[in-house]
Amino acid sequence: MTTLIINGESRSVAASPDTPLLYVLRDELGLNAAKYGCGLGQCGACTVIVDGKAVFSCVTAVTVLEGRAVTTLEGLGSHDAPGPMQLAFIAEQAAQCGYCIPGMMMRAQALLNRDPHATDEAIRAELQPHLCRCGTHMRILRAIRRAAEETRPKAAESRTGR
Amino acid sequence: MTQAISRRSVLTGAGALIVAFRLSGAQAQTETGTGGAPSKHGLPGSLDDTPRIDAWIRIDASGAASILTGKAELGQGLKTALLQVAAEELKLPLGRLSLVTADTARTPNEGYTAASHSMQDSGTAIRHAAAQARELLKDEAARRFGVPANALQVRDGQVFGANGKRLSYGELVRDQLLSVDATPTSRLTSPADFTVMSQPVPRVDIPAKVTGGAAYVQDMRPDGMLHGRVVRPPSYGATLRDCDTSPVEKIRGVVKVIRDGNFLGVIAEREWTAVQAMRTLAATTTWIERQELPDEADLPAALMSLPSRDSTIRDTGSPGNPGILVEGTFSRPYLTHGSIGPACALAQFADQKLTVWTHTQGVFFLRDAIAGMLRMPTENVRCVHAEGAGCYGHNGADDAAADAAMLALAVPGRPVRVQLMREQEHAWDPFGPGMVVKLRATVGTDGAIADWHHEVWSQSHMMRPGPPGTLIAARLKSDASPPAPPVALAQPEGGGDRNAIPLYAIANCKVISHFLPDMPLRGSSMRSLGGYLNVLSIESVIDELAVRSGQDPVAFRLRHIEDPRARDVIEAAASRFGWTARVKSSESTGFGFGFARYKNLEAWCAVAVEIEVPRLSGVVRIRRVVAAVDTGQIVNPDGVRNQIEGGILQAASWTLFERVTFDRTRVTSVDWSAYPIMRFDSVPESVDVHLVDRPGDAFYGVAEAAQGPTGAALANAIRDATGTRLHELPLTPARIRKAISR
Repeated sequence: MTTLIINGESRSVAASPDTPLLYVLRDELGLNAAKYGCGLGQCGACTVIVDGKAVFSCVTAVTVLEGRAVTTLEGLGSHDAPGPMQLAFIAEQAAQCGYCIPGMMMRAQALLNRDPHATDEAIRAELQPHLCRCGTHMRILRAIRRAAEETRPKAAESRTGR
Repeated sequence: MTQAISRRSVLTGAGALIVAFRLSGAQAQTETGTGGAPSKHGLPGSLDDTPRIDAWIRIDASGAASILTGKAELGQGLKTALLQVAAEELKLPLGRLSLVTADTARTPNEGYTAASHSMQDSGTAIRHAAAQARELLKDEAARRFGVPANALQVRDGQVFGANGKRLSYGELVRDQLLSVDATPTSRLTSPADFTVMSQPVPRVDIPAKVTGGAAYVQDMRPDGMLHGRVVRPPSYGATLRDCDTSPVEKIRGVVKVIRDGNFLGVIAEREWTAVQAMRTLAATTTWIERQELPDEADLPAALMSLPSRDSTIRDTGSPGNPGILVEGTFSRPYLTHGSIGPACALAQFADQKLTVWTHTQGVFFLRDAIAGMLRMPTENVRCVHAEGAGCYGHNGADDAAADAAMLALAVPGRPVRVQLMREQEHAWDPFGPGMVVKLRATVGTDGAIADWHHEVWSQSHMMRPGPPGTLIAARLKSDASPPAPPVALAQPEGGGDRNAIPLYAIANCKVISHFLPDMPLRGSSMRSLGGYLNVLSIESVIDELAVRSGQDPVAFRLRHIEDPRARDVIEAAASRFGWTARVKSSESTGFGFGFARYKNLEAWCAVAVEIEVPRLSGVVRIRRVVAAVDTGQIVNPDGVRNQIEGGILQAASWTLFERVTFDRTRVTSVDWSAYPIMRFDSVPESVDVHLVDRPGDAFYGVAEAAQGPTGAALANAIRDATGTRLHELPLTPARIRKAISR
């Protein structure tokens, strides 16, 4: 058994230690957001946050995650109470098929958590590991900028006031 | 090979009888698999095939409405747009509507969700059915009130009479009220009175997709579900030499190993076990392979040397007029659909009945193909659409459905979920076919196009189910189905020759289509079919003729355009881009323009781009893109924008990066490093889509309209920046550097 902290909750999982986190999230814990895209860390569809960093869950075995904090898209809010990143993607209608979007949102969240003032250039650079085939990129960038603006610490205003 | 397309659009104000639809009389196989016959009932859209109103609209005792469509959500926003159309005409709040999409047991058969036909087929049918349902409800209220129907008002699902009298739809609906055939004319809502149509209503499917809801077939987990994986042969014609299943059968959690001819699959309790079992099985299997693929290094020559069925699809004036000559052999490689989620399906076989949940584009055709493959009666197979990852044409969805069906038969009662692995999706995708266009044209001393000669070589762009032999599993199993005969989609929509006839006024014009019955690589429909390369070639030559004769490329186009709607989008894109005032900011700046009317029948789209391409690196950086599009009556403006934006970025990716690679035996571009597509470092700085609104007009297919114009605009911008014309796609940095250095 491996114990993981999934979205703040301690969960024991029975999967063999070499099982990639992706399959544990989807098949054992019933979490839909992380997606299988390539199994090689080339597309980003499976991205989740582990201890603050965006990781590819398709190539991360559960055994290395013992006791570590994993955040999936489900941890950012729900259908009935969406979080700021989710609200921003809805407001910008930043999806076509939407399959790549959860992974994009998780990497963007990890970026904004460590740098709420990330520039457009930094956002683009950060998203380089992620593929979108529908061509929704412009909206994804807009949504992340919107999420940044709406979650940015109010320090920005106080700084300008100084 | 011509046909009359008549479009009637008669708007005479609110409340009038309105006809606004297009009657198609095509006599050949169509990309949607429907509408190829003369009109049966003279009814609009898919109502002509399914005239009963309650096949489309059902209202329950609470007054809520269920809308039924034979089309499928592919990520294009169809669900939302169809609900908008229905809500508008039913005069019901959107929240009181639900939608059932393609299901062989429940919905009308509308063929494939393809060819940008969904709004004109299903949208038109639902709009008219909803309008007629509303009038039937109103008539019922008039009967009960004992007043003429024209004395009544309808809003919010209620019919209002004089003195505060009112009846809700729930009170009015009774058995059989909507069980009538539609009539040819409907009392459609005037665009001036729209409250839901033409509004940017948020997509109904996005909240679940951005919160981890169960949004895809990949997310289905019915009780007792098992996980399946298949082992595909390493190459198309490979046959099984030897297979040792015992190591796989010993793996804990493996339920079954299936071997049927060259078809191999595993079923396990857990998904990761299935993946490991698949890998083990692949490692213990050997195959006999043959070298039967063409030489990729010279694909255009290989294609042009294949036997062809030739037809002249345009022949006007007399050829051979002198002038400044422009010629080129344009080619594109095979392209892969490349959905980010590999294809997936669930199947369950119980009580001799098979149910398949699939993201196919055509549930009815897939049902027939699977029934044929398994020698089962058609009525024992049900296919239900469930969303998959993005669909840009015929991808692995049908193959995954057939795989799931094969595996489900081995474990009766248990649902089996199969998802393809990335390398399987990439190697076995029914690719967008490689193609060649040879174009030769002259511009005379008067500055007008004097001569035009276009030839296009392409295999079929239509290898969809229907015939079982279109499914990989059906070709691999021991009692294999024969390969499906090659389908040449006919003009005017065309297949490989889609958009091959230039829309420009050219007196001396010849266009020849060379249909290649062989299929060197497995290929089928991919967004815009041959339209992408034909438009890119035509617009490249137009651009080159303009440049060589000292004319502005946009002015040159306008000079040869007769269609006022084409003129409008070209002018709109040019003016919003600032075309005439354009100034190069550096010597690596390039400007390019492209235009087409999709299929010469659907939406009009013009695209202007500004790029930077430093001569040293040859790397194209897209600064800005401005597009103008006319899709007739707009149902959801943000939905149209999303489709055009997506089309622009996807076509830019095709144009700059993409190419299926293969050796003489195997497809070798089996992951995202071997088949690169656009990443964020290549995303344009800005994309601006301008919509030309045509209130009251019919619906024109829009989702594929940007593909050709975008490719052309980029090719022309590279020409503008480098002074060199490239003909062979993709337009990679290496090719650009090589061309510059020549």
